[in-house]
Amino acid sequence: MSELAVNQAQPQSGLDGLVDDWTADKQTYHVPWGKAMMWIFLVSDTFIFTCFLTGYLNVRMTTTQPWPPQSEIFALSFGGAPIPLILIAIMTFVLISSSGTMAMAVNMGYRKDKMKTFWLMCATAAFGVTFVSMQAFEWSKLILDEGVRPWGNPFGAPQFGSVFFMITGFHGLHVSAGVIYLLIVAFKVKRGDYDKKGFEIVEIAGLYWHFVDLVWVFIFAFFYLL
Amino acid sequence: MAYVPLADQEQELHHPHSWVTKYVWSQDHKVIAVQYGGTAIAVGVVALVLSLLMRLQLGFPETFDLIDPSSYYQSVTMHGMIMVVYLLTALFLGGFGNYLIPLMCGARDMVFPFLNMLSYWVYLLSVLILMASFFVGEGPTGAGWTLYPPQTNMAGTPGHDSGIVLMLLSLAVFIVAFTMGGLNYVVTVLQNRCRGLTMMRLPLSVWGIFVATCLGLFAFPALLVSAIMMLFDTLLGTSFFMPAVIESGTPLDHNGGSPILFQHLFWFFGHPEVYIVALPAFGLVSDVLSTHARKNIFGYRMMVWAIIAIGGLSFIVWAHHMYVSGMHPYFGFFFATTTLIIAVPTALKVYNWVLTLWEGDIRLNAPMYFAIGFIFTFIHGGLTGLFLGNVVIDLPLSDTYFVVAHFHMVMGVSPVLVLFAALYHWYPKITGRMFHEGMAKVHFWCTFLGTYAIYLPMHYLGFLGVPRRYYALGSTDFIPQSAHDLNTTITIAALFVGASQLLFFINIFWSLRNGKKADPNPWGSASLEWQTPDTPPVHGNWGPELPTVYRWAYDYSVPGAHQDFIPQNTPESVEPTVDEQHFDPDHDVSKADL
Repeated sequence: MSELAVNQAQPQSGLDGLVDDWTADKQTYHVPWGKAMMWIFLVSDTFIFTCFLTGYLNVRMTTTQPWPPQSEIFALSFGGAPIPLILIAIMTFVLISSSGTMAMAVNMGYRKDKMKTFWLMCATAAFGVTFVSMQAFEWSKLILDEGVRPWGNPFGAPQFGSVFFMITGFHGLHVSAGVIYLLIVAFKVKRGDYDKKGFEIVEIAGLYWHFVDLVWVFIFAFFYLL
Repeated sequence: MAYVPLADQEQELHHPHSWVTKYVWSQDHKVIAVQYGGTAIAVGVVALVLSLLMRLQLGFPETFDLIDPSSYYQSVTMHGMIMVVYLLTALFLGGFGNYLIPLMCGARDMVFPFLNMLSYWVYLLSVLILMASFFVGEGPTGAGWTLYPPQTNMAGTPGHDSGIVLMLLSLAVFIVAFTMGGLNYVVTVLQNRCRGLTMMRLPLSVWGIFVATCLGLFAFPALLVSAIMMLFDTLLGTSFFMPAVIESGTPLDHNGGSPILFQHLFWFFGHPEVYIVALPAFGLVSDVLSTHARKNIFGYRMMVWAIIAIGGLSFIVWAHHMYVSGMHPYFGFFFATTTLIIAVPTALKVYNWVLTLWEGDIRLNAPMYFAIGFIFTFIHGGLTGLFLGNVVIDLPLSDTYFVVAHFHMVMGVSPVLVLFAALYHWYPKITGRMFHEGMAKVHFWCTFLGTYAIYLPMHYLGFLGVPRRYYALGSTDFIPQSAHDLNTTITIAALFVGASQLLFFINIFWSLRNGKKADPNPWGSASLEWQTPDTPPVHGNWGPELPTVYRWAYDYSVPGAHQDFIPQNTPESVEPTVDEQHFDPDHDVSKADL
């Protein structure tokens, strides 16, 4: 940065100093390219999910039929007593646990413990697969047993099914893509592809995974609880 | 281990070995730029021909039977969508963004060359899907480029069977392509600049493209979501956007959806989209003006902040496209206010362009013609925007030819003039040949005067209340004979302008082979892309060592310098420094020192 100092006789204070720091030489953020890209992609993806959720809230207001009672629809019976939202609660628990194993994997990556990183990423992927399988179970139950379709359902507003399949489907695709991504990175870690380059890639994959989890929390709150 | 920025590490460049990897499956940003540009211009010609077909119908109703009412609407739709998304967005960001960002940032390539290559091929796929809609079912959709439901899905709309599906699919694919390219552009600008190149030393072209790409990354999601929802409505029979509708006496199988939701989502994308097209144009034209006026750009810092402010504000003005949708007056008040506020930074830019020309040593080269022409058309289109931004004036003018004239001046003609300015300006660097100067100037006058002949009368037609998107006006009391005659005149002008674009194509293709060999820096430009060791730049751009930047991109006519420009990579030991890092907008340093 010495070349720069020649032109900047005095370090600036206040707003100008802030701008100078942010627009400094060569790179704005001291992070690898991949990480910067992942962050920006996630902001973009946030806009997608925000639009989905806004659209959902909007059609829920405009629809002329009553909104179906979610807690009853998403209830499972154990020993004859229906427990509302039990499946979703377990799914949420699974997904949030996967964020924990992912964070541990990132830690192990930076410690260059390849085997632990590999297994923790596999555990994360396994949690992801569990989540998607439970979602598949939920979908098949709704479609086959309850007769919910994207274009209509026996409980009330047809938008209920449309929104449900669209948003959880889009999120499920994200989780599935994440599982594949995690497994690819995990195997490359094990093979030693990143021994020289460093293990930032684990954290980058982790960013995506945590994002997918965070989105689920919003979907859970807005769609299942509201 | 000390942290080494990636840009300093040895980069693995994939050096192409065969013709195919060099020109087809290329990961070189310059080849990708040309691929993007060529595809965009080719599909733009399709849209131009469609507009001429519409003009023939409007100017000479019942004379030609080239198009019927259905194909008229299909032409309107495809013309609009192609021009806005597949030509302008793709050419500014995919074309110029790809070509200029690495060169102006002193980088060897984009940060993710493979993703960049993928971006082009996915873009090409989206174009092919769109073009396929001409050949299936009833042809492309005729719902207008805004694709408003419920009309899009009704049997009376041409292409409601397969055209609309292909259109939405193509848009979704385009957004995927744009995201792959856009992430590249943003990260390259942020993280891959050469030594000494702070962001406040970047040419305004890069700033314009950078902020426009950010807008794209945050605005296209809304379009993607609305495309997905509408696909569901069309294919699965859901009712996101479809209310209860009765079509020819039969109720459709939809209810409870919100057409207004679509309008909000669409314009939440659609208004930033205007600036996705305009901001790169602002940036490119600033560089062309400054170079050919041999003067630093007036108020560089202000220009940067104006670009950022416009970018930010563009997200909170979208509903001014929807005044007639029946919104709450306070809502309209809010959006009218933000719309007028956005005029402030925009006007600031215009003043700065004019002040850049003021007392400059203006070289009237062909790119400069187009750049100055842009200032005229942009002021013109911008002023009519003030009319339409106000709710009470917009209501009577909505859906008339006044609107058509406004948006064609401000985001049709203006960006296209900048595109021509930029294409001519960077042509010597891209191809290594000079274009034919005389032919380019004739091209300018035909285009500039011709477009005025087209769009100026349209304002008048709009005031008369002539509605847009009508296949034929017929005989109506409020439309006098003079308006019909004017329509004929406009058509003749449009045909003239359309034909004169041949000059451009003849020029660039003829010059490829027969043009004079270009100097490395024919315009005497200070910015980095003209300082490459080879012209056109080879793979890797910079030879063995990356350049180092010591100053901003606008050191023109610096007192005491050896030439009337100082390239960005000239050290202070060789030339004096008038770096405007902390340029005081009230005090034009370069002039005061003269």
